[in-house]
Amino acid sequence: MKKLFILLFSFLTISAHAEAAAEGGEFKPGDMITHHIADDYSWHFADGATLYLPVILIDNGQLNVFSSSNFYNENHELVPYNGFVLDHGHIYRADASGEPAADQAGLLDFSITKNVASLFLSVALLFLVFLTIASSYKKNHGKAPRGIQSFFEPIIIFVRDEIAKANIGPKYERYMPYLLTIFFFIWFNNLLGLMPGGANLTGNIAVTLVLATMTLLITVFSGNKSYWKHIFATPGVPVWLAPIMIPVELIGIITKPFSLMVRLFANITAGHIIILSLFSLIFIFQSIAVGPLSVAFATFMFFLELFVALLQAYIFTLLSAMYFGGAVEEHDHVGDHGHGDGAH
Amino acid sequence: MELVTPGVGLIFWQTVTFIIVLFLLSKFAWKPIMSALSEREASIEKALSAAEKAKLEMQGLKAENEKLLAEARMERDKILKEASDAGNAMIESARNKANEEGGRMIAQAREAIENEKRAAITEVKNMAAALSVDIAERILRKELSNPQAQQELAQDYIREVTLN
Repeated sequence: MKKLFILLFSFLTISAHAEAAAEGGEFKPGDMITHHIADDYSWHFADGATLYLPVILIDNGQLNVFSSSNFYNENHELVPYNGFVLDHGHIYRADASGEPAADQAGLLDFSITKNVASLFLSVALLFLVFLTIASSYKKNHGKAPRGIQSFFEPIIIFVRDEIAKANIGPKYERYMPYLLTIFFFIWFNNLLGLMPGGANLTGNIAVTLVLATMTLLITVFSGNKSYWKHIFATPGVPVWLAPIMIPVELIGIITKPFSLMVRLFANITAGHIIILSLFSLIFIFQSIAVGPLSVAFATFMFFLELFVALLQAYIFTLLSAMYFGGAVEEHDHVGDHGHGDGAH
Repeated sequence: MELVTPGVGLIFWQTVTFIIVLFLLSKFAWKPIMSALSEREASIEKALSAAEKAKLEMQGLKAENEKLLAEARMERDKILKEASDAGNAMIESARNKANEEGGRMIAQAREAIENEKRAAITEVKNMAAALSVDIAERILRKELSNPQAQQELAQDYIREVTLN
């Protein structure tokens, strides 16, 4: 089954190659890879199977909604539409000659891009899976889990016992919904990103930025007296050091979620880049002989990525739980809390 | 640079969607799931402790049963011992009585035998006396059929008388 995915994956790269060749000549692996891991206004499954997604623009308060297919003419060439132009993966206001205009102020792009569509898909999947599970808990009240419920129950219990209880302590319960949501959100999206034609959602900095910001906000808003005391008057540190310590601690508040943001983004994007690079080797060497080797390495990488998909979800959730734990912990000692941030 | 520049649109959609997902899943998935899990865990905990309690009770009952059994066994042994003691005593007394009776009977028999013997001896003596008298008579009669012998005898008597 997985081999099949790899095979489909390789078709995708081939089609990308064909695309690149059609656009004029040489195969540029860098461009192909960037194209694959970047966001897009259409969802390209295979040549001839492209889903054009809606473009939503707010131009100085005026709403513009149209299909991204309007940016292409019948020869699949980019054309300006309605005063806008798609250039290098971005939509700009067009000038008279159809080129991006110099003045782009006040143009906001809320398009349902490939990543947003993939986000909606993952959300639908999350609802489907977990509402089904929740209903089977009602149906199987007090009985042993069955079916999909018995697959996810140990994972839910793992998140509760090993991540939340172990790192937050007695107040773990109110963080459970958030921890479970980010865990399964990241995991599902990591896996969807590995699907053939999947979007690189969790490898997009905007997504990881939002997730990390959520963790930051929850940490800051659940910080108790001792948490703030540690930041503004770190116990055991002389008062005259405060002008240095306070900024350092305040930066520390930001760097923790910042590391969360970069870690998830970098790990997922790197995995995609490696697999795509391995396939690109075939086209760089222009030799079929490289094919089996590339596929073998890419298969290995794919399995590794399946593991990384779970691992990154676990790490993001674990570190979030640690930050929450540090914020709600009741302590008087000069602790070394919050230094669990060495993982991966 | 393109890769590390977050897009406004995706930030917006991700924020909105994630908050909706968080809210809906919390309300309709995590809450029932977590409460069902903790409820089930509590019920399992309860069942386990009940089983443990039942086990302890069973052990208590078993111990009690064993105690009762041991008591009953002891009682039985005691009864058996008493019975056998009583039996032994009975046998002993019967034997004593029998011995006594036997002794007495032997003594009586012995006495009877003695009496019989004495009577028999007396009879034998009497018979012997009668026989000797009879024999003497017959001898005398035979001796005295001769007149000379009679004479001699008379002479003897006379001699004896004179001596007296």
